Amino acid sequence: MQKEEFQRTEKKSAYELFFDMPVGPQHPALKEPAFFKFKVEGERVIGVDADVSYNHRGIEKALEYRNYIQNIYLIERICGICNVAHTLCYAQAVEQLHGKEIPPRANYIRLMIEELARIHSHALWLGVAAHEIGFDTLFMYVWRDREVVMDIIEMLTGNRVTTAINTIGGVRRDVSDEAKYKVKKGMDILEERLKYYRNVALNDPTVNARCSDVGILKPRDAIRLCAVGPTLRASGVKNDVRLDDPYTLHDEVPFNIVTCDTMDVLGRVVVRVDEMLESVNMVRYCLEHMPNGDVKIKLSLSPPVGEAISRVEAPRGELIHYARSNGTKNPERYKVRTPTFGNIPAVCDMLTSKGDYEVNIADIPITLASIDPCFSCTARMEFRDVSKSKTWVWSLEELKAHCKK
Amino acid sequence: MSMLKEIQRSLFKKRATVLYPFKERERVHIPDGLRGKISFDRDKCTGCLLCSRFCPSGACEIVTDEKGKRPVFHLELCLFCSQCQEVCPKGAINLTEEFELAAFDRKAFTIK
Repeated sequence: MQKEEFQRTEKKSAYELFFDMPVGPQHPALKEPAFFKFKVEGERVIGVDADVSYNHRGIEKALEYRNYIQNIYLIERICGICNVAHTLCYAQAVEQLHGKEIPPRANYIRLMIEELARIHSHALWLGVAAHEIGFDTLFMYVWRDREVVMDIIEMLTGNRVTTAINTIGGVRRDVSDEAKYKVKKGMDILEERLKYYRNVALNDPTVNARCSDVGILKPRDAIRLCAVGPTLRASGVKNDVRLDDPYTLHDEVPFNIVTCDTMDVLGRVVVRVDEMLESVNMVRYCLEHMPNGDVKIKLSLSPPVGEAISRVEAPRGELIHYARSNGTKNPERYKVRTPTFGNIPAVCDMLTSKGDYEVNIADIPITLASIDPCFSCTARMEFRDVSKSKTWVWSLEELKAHCKK
Repeated sequence: MSMLKEIQRSLFKKRATVLYPFKERERVHIPDGLRGKISFDRDKCTGCLLCSRFCPSGACEIVTDEKGKRPVFHLELCLFCSQCQEVCPKGAINLTEEFELAAFDRKAFTIK
């Protein structure tokens, strides 16, 4: 993020002047509050300053006042769409504190629900992206077919979006044979439709005209700016928590890491559609190889003293949870690092014209949407002394010192 | 071009949406095990208070009646996570498949 304040400068350009163009906090591209201040020269965007702290909910502090079971449902509400990734990450962190392994059947169900949630998140994004480029026909069709996976999730967990399936020590519901058959049938429909959407993304002239060579993020920049998830993979970098640090059963269930070397928004569309196809195959593998047995082990309500870090590949990228227990019923400290937070420097880079690469104002919505932003997850706290009109943010060392107090 | 074919095909297909709530109420598919409105059986309840201890949103208030302690559920605060159903040792709490819960009166949200 560039910290300098953009102001109307006296420097002459082809268009006489540079202007600041505010976008947000409420604007048509995104449904969540985020503020972007663009520095524009005519139609060209030459700089961007982002402010995402409009929705600070104090969840990390609230977690310290609830017990470990209540926290599952609070963690789930950090992000509605990636709620499975959040509860999975939380459950893994607490199980790590306990030092216990969960039954294999529970692992299979967890992985299956995680991949189903990935399909529904990516399908939602594909629809939103189609809407941003003004292709509402595609948006309607994608969301119609998304209902297939939504119905499957509702059948397996009891709710369409907030699944509440993962719990400490396993999962809360078993998968019946009848449900397995329905999932298998749903996967067949989805696979056919997803292949069709892949074809649309690659061959449709509207999608190509609006998405190719827009929002370029070079591999070097992607690594330098710590991009995560499909944003990083669309720049041709093979990086996925499921491969690098396998959790649940990702070391057992075969899957391919999808990358794309076009580095633009079209690449991100293709990567997400291909990931959905990979997820369909993983769900099928889980259905076939699911062993019989328990789905839950009973764990004590207060884990032993210790620290745990757990990583999960959420649909938007790498998700990190840190938990510290002091042996009581409430966690002493809990920290969440969401993928959108990691992608904001990258999106600021995508939105800045440099050299031959030009960003137009009309490309702003789709470029912003291409990282699949979820700004409610990202708000961080800063300190403000009103009497002295001074604002500051704590560094890592200061935070560590505060935690040790 | 493939999109045009798809549009043409969709023109003659059945509508994907449902005219809920005025018509086609029966086409709304409600799966078994949907987490909906809470039902509470006073006779089974022993007043162990586990439901209120694990309720994440404070929707479960404990009151005392002639038989002893018991929960009262406030659906306007409820998250429908079914944790109370899971911890209840006597099976007194059940989440039914009823999901049409809008009301003008707050009293309609209190389950006694």
